[in-house]
Amino acid sequence: MKNILGVEFPDHIDGIGDLKAFDGKRHTGTPFEEGLKAPNGRTNKMVESLEKAIELSGLKDGMTISFHHHFRNGDYIVNLVVDTLAKMGYKDLVLAASSLTDCHAPLIEHIKNGVIKRIETSGLRGELANEVSNGLMDLPVIFRSHGGRARAVATGELHIDVAFLGAPSCDCAGNANGFNRDGDTSYDCGSLGYAMPDAQFADKTIILTNHIVPYPNTPAAIPEVHVDYIVTIDEIGNPKGIASGATRFTTNPRELKIAQTAAKVMENSGYFEDGFSFQTGTGGASLAVTRFLEEKMVAKGIKANFALGGITGAMVKLHEKGLIKKLLDVQDFDLDAVRSVRENPFHCVVSGHHYAGPGTEGSAVDQLDMVVLSALEIDTDFNVNVLTGSDGVIRGAIGGHPDTASGAKMTIIVAPLIRGRIPTILDRVNTIVTPGSTVDVLVTEYGVAVNPARTDLIERLTAAGIELKTIKELQAMAEAIVGKPDPIEYDDKIVGLVYYRDSKVIDVIRKVKD
Amino acid sequence: MAYQKVRLRRTMMFIPGNNPGMMRDAHLYGADSLMFDLEDSVKLAEKDTARFLVYNALKTIDYGNIEKVVRVNPLDTDHGKADIEAMVCAGVNIIRLPKSETAQDIIDVDNYITYCEEKHGIPVGSTGMMAAIESALGILNAKEIAHASERLIGIAIGAEDYVTDLKTTRTASGVELFAARAQLLIAARSAGIAALDTVYSDVNNEEGFRKEVQLIKDMGFDGKSVINPRQIAPVVEIFTPSAKDIEKSERIIEALKEAETKGLGVVSLNGKMIDKPVVLRAQRMLELAEAAGVYKRA
Repeated sequence: MKNILGVEFPDHIDGIGDLKAFDGKRHTGTPFEEGLKAPNGRTNKMVESLEKAIELSGLKDGMTISFHHHFRNGDYIVNLVVDTLAKMGYKDLVLAASSLTDCHAPLIEHIKNGVIKRIETSGLRGELANEVSNGLMDLPVIFRSHGGRARAVATGELHIDVAFLGAPSCDCAGNANGFNRDGDTSYDCGSLGYAMPDAQFADKTIILTNHIVPYPNTPAAIPEVHVDYIVTIDEIGNPKGIASGATRFTTNPRELKIAQTAAKVMENSGYFEDGFSFQTGTGGASLAVTRFLEEKMVAKGIKANFALGGITGAMVKLHEKGLIKKLLDVQDFDLDAVRSVRENPFHCVVSGHHYAGPGTEGSAVDQLDMVVLSALEIDTDFNVNVLTGSDGVIRGAIGGHPDTASGAKMTIIVAPLIRGRIPTILDRVNTIVTPGSTVDVLVTEYGVAVNPARTDLIERLTAAGIELKTIKELQAMAEAIVGKPDPIEYDDKIVGLVYYRDSKVIDVIRKVKD
Repeated sequence: MAYQKVRLRRTMMFIPGNNPGMMRDAHLYGADSLMFDLEDSVKLAEKDTARFLVYNALKTIDYGNIEKVVRVNPLDTDHGKADIEAMVCAGVNIIRLPKSETAQDIIDVDNYITYCEEKHGIPVGSTGMMAAIESALGILNAKEIAHASERLIGIAIGAEDYVTDLKTTRTASGVELFAARAQLLIAARSAGIAALDTVYSDVNNEEGFRKEVQLIKDMGFDGKSVINPRQIAPVVEIFTPSAKDIEKSERIIEALKEAETKGLGVVSLNGKMIDKPVVLRAQRMLELAEAAGVYKRA
């Protein structure tokens, strides 16, 4: 089968099923009926051990277990649960996490010993990512965006049998939060947005917590009606890895220049009006945009109705100054954001589904005016890769990249023109994560290029005196400095399937040649 | 001529001669001049490689209209002569001398540049020079230094060595540099060349930096050496004339034109006579405004 972008892949993979081809549609997927699980009638769901909770959940070999990644690189839950399942003799499980990172390298052993048969995630990093890229698994890893995953969980395409969800606070009935209002806040991660669809749609939901707090732990990210069992453990994660201190404002002149230019593009885009909305991704330049935006908001005397997404300390600062009326928070990037979601009434937790689920009754990304996102690679058709490095090895995460790009009225990609000795702009990215049809502007330190399809933006930005280049001109500038890299050589074996928001294959990741 | 005697020099950004990453995109941040350093920021073992790197950067990278300056090692070291020869061949605009103390220091380098230009078939006189004064003796000889060569486009003060020589340290007020700055400035103006101020090394103290820039701007300096792109915007901002200043200068220039068309010997505005220095100041104000992109001459 071949998709609209020319990516070839098999019609069917045993163990995964029939594949569907990405067809280029921006919004796809049909609305579906939501079904809440009925409460199970018990008032105390506390179970004495994880093993007991697993037994009670009815988990069987071959079933799908799920996790969230709100504890980021400090997460203990995934390794603890999978170690326990291995000891209990489970085999052939499908591990569906909202994302996986460096700290999950111990999964390699459990893949080798047959406990884990297949993985679904938004991203992979570190040793696990290297091993997967080198062909560790028989079945390809399925990569989904945050919105795409939430949708698949809700529709049952990704059916979760048992969700294991860590929470820094939970009451005896299961009301769970990503923060603790009753004392020790050192394990707080903030929002639990990506865990919410799992809790809602999994057949059984087990909360793992280190703080049992008095009933009711409300408002709760995960309400008791979605929770079956609660297990108390000593440590859910390493506080140092869960959330780091205030994100330091970048001092890198290249990133500052890119951020300043991006803010200027936003200011003159036509969307910078009172009541606007925006989101920024991670990465120094992307984060710095918020500060430059603040100056422009004050100068123009305007306010934003909301900021969305991964919330940062910089956004919180604007919220607390009254410049952003509401924060819609699916995930927090630093301790300032964590504190704010615990304390500020209009800093609201939203689920991954509400945040970015396509084809549903509504998702916040569709209300978004502007989004600023990073890229590992971008090609001359504006397709973006945030998943594999310039060596072809998996080293990133899709996150909400294609979701926000699809929803926002203007999508800005910020990236340095050159990384090390490799140009960021290629003829074709190694892995398409976000289709170029949903990307509008590229900002580099060497200049700005607008997707030719956006004649309206070209007109407005040119009128504002912003000098535009074509993306091919920017590519030529990079190649004049560092040359054109040789293409990466791959084997035939598919190690990853990249699903677009609607579960259709937008690209495949092949094993890199030894 | 491969250099301009008079031009805008608000910011001269230091780039260590052994840092290819910084060399690659040094021209993106809006500095008027870039100064590649082969001297203090390069350790002895890397002098050769840095020279090779800067030579190739100058030959390869398109720095546009930005002035290219290279600070070479002193002529009496092993590396000074090799630096000068390589940079003259690379087509550098300006050779910057460190630690100049006498007019003879300038003449010696001028002669060596001439020798290199002749040796490599480059028109004699196409390489400019600037000198950094970093000692009490140098300050006392500032006038002779400023007048020592046709190639000189400006003189700069290097504060760290100077305050050590003076047996003091740098202070927030800048009182320890006051006499040196004043003397250097007067010497530069007497020779019709630029006066450039020293670096401010605490990159994170924007408030202190701004104070110092305001001070040297008020004294009359052309600009400041900067060590980080983040220091460029504040200098440009402080050196950019206000809307009020621009308007006033425009009126003065209009009055001058009017007087010229009418054949009047005396220029007057609002009933007041305008002296020549006022006209010159107005012209410089508009040049600065245009360079900063806040004004376009008709």
